[in-house]
Amino acid sequence: MTNPALIWSYLSREPLLWLTATLLAYWVGDRLSQLTGRKPWANPVLIAVVLLAGLLQLTATPYPAYFEGAQFVHFMLGPATVALAIPLWVNLRHVGRAALPVAAALLAGSLTAILTALGVAWALGVRGEVLATLAAKSATAPVAIGIAERLGGAPTLAAVLVLLTGVIGAIVVTPLLNALRITDWRARGFSVGVAAHGLGTARALQVNETAGAFAGLGMGLNAVLTALIAPWCLRLFL
Amino acid sequence: MIPAIALILLFQLVGEVASRALDLPLPGPVLGMVGLLGAMVAIPALGRRLRETAEGLLRHLSLLFVPAGVGVVAHLGVLAQAGPALAVALVVSTVAAIAVGALVFVGVARLTGSRPE
Repeated sequence: MTNPALIWSYLSREPLLWLTATLLAYWVGDRLSQLTGRKPWANPVLIAVVLLAGLLQLTATPYPAYFEGAQFVHFMLGPATVALAIPLWVNLRHVGRAALPVAAALLAGSLTAILTALGVAWALGVRGEVLATLAAKSATAPVAIGIAERLGGAPTLAAVLVLLTGVIGAIVVTPLLNALRITDWRARGFSVGVAAHGLGTARALQVNETAGAFAGLGMGLNAVLTALIAPWCLRLFL
Repeated sequence: MIPAIALILLFQLVGEVASRALDLPLPGPVLGMVGLLGAMVAIPALGRRLRETAEGLLRHLSLLFVPAGVGVVAHLGVLAQAGPALAVALVVSTVAAIAVGALVFVGVARLTGSRPE
């Protein structure tokens, strides 16, 4: 039998090991999420990230070595962003007579998300790369990662901030909008799609179909708007 | 499936080239998305052709940000230091954005007489 150290040195050089580990960790995360009945806090990505980060620490594997394997999955973010045009196109027919409320809520929600995040973090002493990363956290992950790269933020941190935003949005949306006595499903879905992207949209779909369609619309439109206005908003805080 | 994937990659490619060539603030894939949306509005047959593949890809969207998410190990120092500030910023901003977005939607819908479906 070959020396195990040689096998390990092969595995740590080739993409196979960490590509497999990424898919397995996500599978575990997805199963656990299913077992909790898809509770927003049991997010499969959060679970997979914690498992893999722990594994990297245990095996003393540096992140670039891990990324050699995981890059094949990461690459798909670009095509997936382009593919977001399809649900956006499907949901466009819902706009109809709601075009003005949609446009106003998009602008108000998107600006509020960016400016309050930057303002609060800035007031609490956050500066530089981390602040730049925070600007796009309400946009869907592939877009936020792209924007963070453009603004001099950290793409990897962007992924985590986006995820946490989605988890927070999915948890607070129902009690918050009930407290505000908002009963229009279009408003409820659209606002959570703008503020909390795909995870908010998934939550809206669980509650009501109209809310889900408007959430998908909000997520898609905000991906474009955030890319346009985040650089301007960030400039106010530099 | 192959033509659909090729078309999606083609829109991304055009987006990346345009974003760099014209020095635009939009990332290439976002431009590709806008371009594809415009193309589908103009030619609905294109949308019907791409729909199955695109929805298959998006069904596993959350898997795709695992590799970037794991990169958080490189930022543990930053997170330990800025973690509480970031947590407060995320909660305040998400709650405020949902509330403002929904209130503005309802307000403008009332002004313009746009009834719920």
